[in-house]
Amino acid sequence: MSYTAKDPEKRPLLALVDQADPPDVATYERGGGFRGLRRVLSGLSPAEVIDEVTKSKLRGRGGAGFSTGMKWSFVPKESQKERKKYIVANGDEMEPGTFKDRLLVEGNPLQLVEGMIISAYAIQASHGVIFLRGEYHLGLERLKIAVEQAKAAGFLGENILGSGFDFELIVHPSGGRYICGEETALLTALEGRRANPRTKPPFPQVSGLWGAPTVVNNIETFSNIPHIMANGIDWYLGLSACGDGGTKLYGVSGRAKRPGVYELPLGTRMGILLEECAGGMQDGYRLRAFLPGGASTAFLGAEHADIVLDYPTPEKAGSRLGTGLAILLDDRASPIGMIRNLEHFFAQESCGWCTPCRDGLPWVEKLLIDIEEGRGGPDDILRLQDACRLIGPMGRTFCAHAPGAIAPLESGLRLFREDFERAVQGGGAVVPSAQERAA
Amino acid sequence: MLTAERTASGAEMPDRIADDLVHTITEMGHHDVLPRGACIEALRMVQERYGWICDRHLKQVADILGMSLADIDGVATYFNLLFRKPVGKNVIMLCDSVSCWVMGVDGVREKLCRKLGVSMGQTTQDGEFTLLPIVCLGHCDHAPAMMIGKDLYGPVRPEDIDAIIDERRGAAS
Ligand SMILES: Cc1cc2nc3c(=O)[nH]c(=O)nc-3n(C[C@H](O)[C@H](O)[C@H](O)COP(=O)(O)O)c2cc1C
Ligand code: SF4
Ligand code: FES
Repeated sequence: MSYTAKDPEKRPLLALVDQADPPDVATYERGGGFRGLRRVLSGLSPAEVIDEVTKSKLRGRGGAGFSTGMKWSFVPKESQKERKKYIVANGDEMEPGTFKDRLLVEGNPLQLVEGMIISAYAIQASHGVIFLRGEYHLGLERLKIAVEQAKAAGFLGENILGSGFDFELIVHPSGGRYICGEETALLTALEGRRANPRTKPPFPQVSGLWGAPTVVNNIETFSNIPHIMANGIDWYLGLSACGDGGTKLYGVSGRAKRPGVYELPLGTRMGILLEECAGGMQDGYRLRAFLPGGASTAFLGAEHADIVLDYPTPEKAGSRLGTGLAILLDDRASPIGMIRNLEHFFAQESCGWCTPCRDGLPWVEKLLIDIEEGRGGPDDILRLQDACRLIGPMGRTFCAHAPGAIAPLESGLRLFREDFERAVQGGGAVVPSAQERAA
Repeated sequence: MLTAERTASGAEMPDRIADDLVHTITEMGHHDVLPRGACIEALRMVQERYGWICDRHLKQVADILGMSLADIDGVATYFNLLFRKPVGKNVIMLCDSVSCWVMGVDGVREKLCRKLGVSMGQTTQDGEFTLLPIVCLGHCDHAPAMMIGKDLYGPVRPEDIDAIIDERRGAAS
């Protein structure tokens, strides 16, 4: 079975993606671009757009999986002339193991721009910001060019396509902190402050950037919108292999033969992604476990190697779809080392606002280093379990950073119990030597 | 160690930010509801020009945007990509996140440190290279990954390091 659908209609997000030479306005339009926007602005009401997006069953691709149409429906309904509103693309993409949004902004930035114009119309926003990871230099350059081109062609600015709708779009490169990906922290950063998250409620849809109603969606989420509006709800639902709509950018990193991003029907099985797309494991390596969708999702063992990657199934198995980009743990890497690496990241990137996260995560990291290096005792496993209980549950901390940090630890303590037991009985974690790995 | 008041390219750090930058930052400040909304981008622009953000320039940006020095320094020190200390001509950012770890970044780090004669976080004696850790660069399918200046590299193997560094050293001087 071929994993890359030949028919570009079956893989709309990547159909025009060209990382060497992204489409300009003319090429984009020839490939079907701006058809969705033209349809919307030639007679649909904002409410009709929201209704179609809701019925298409598009769920947010940034990790939480909230219904996009429903999120938009919470925005106050005044027109853009009556009330200032914002639309923001979340392109922070600092979740370790995630590399899909970079492909979209580098390979087809106009698709994102069109998606944002349509979405802005739906919620009647007059101003948009693309918040892009600061290290994405090529993406930044190409997005700026795309915005200029769209403006020159009359798709941005005042009275777009003669519809009376105005929209201004800018690109903001981040100063760099993982927490900026959390939507309220992102808005705080855009206001020129230290990016600590804000309490919800009020939700950004009611009080967001500078206190105005604001919708934040992921870059992949926005990139779906032009296709829904151009091709319709039934077509979009038909792309999927599960109850929710569309395709998904799935991916694999770690010891696979062909790590990368693959556009597949939402609800594709892990086996197809890993074996057929990514070519299976490299010779001499076996799959031991994986994080299904980025660093903040819980480990699933090899018995789940063919799990359905829709939204509900990984949750039933104790994890999450997350960003949909799986990180593989092979049988020759130390699970304790991998968890230590993950917790180092989360400890470092804590914004420091609440005590369990700020103080607890460095403590977790220290315990893991001790265990890994053979200085740990049996009590340290209990201490780690305590930390999971104290830091992990939603509501103990201000934002979802801490629960995300605990997910791989808590699942890892269960899944790799024997490794932990062995490590605290003496000798530390067994890490295959460089020679063994290279052999 | 570099002396504190040199730009990344080794020139003397000017007392004040260049006029064109002052103009751009002032303009950016007008666009937002509060001028401070422009501060992160303004600091990025200052850094892009001079390599890092010195105290005097920080104060100047604070004045343009109507912020206190403590306030803007709080912002400047919050973000990974804003440098408040001198850096070399080439900033090397080596990914230390999970996929690169799985793919053997530890060996690459050892080799880099040996080749440059520095530890993570330091700048070479000649001011050519600063070596920093960075979180996932979104290049995980090419792990282990690193970035030098604005260029992405990967997969990087320890045996590639000599050639990469020698080439960058040649290109920079
Ligand atoms: C610590 C943390 C980091 C996050 N990072 C990102 C990110 O880099 N990109 C992203 O789209 N969403 C990220 N999110 C999720 C956002 O808060 C938000 O749910 C998302 O941008 C909404 O877009 P969607 O509905 O289109 O998925 C993060 C959340 C948390 C708690
Ligand atoms: S959970 Fe962590 S990252 Fe989130 S607000 Fe609290 S300290 Fe900051
Ligand atoms: S983990 Fe290193 S580039 Fe993603």
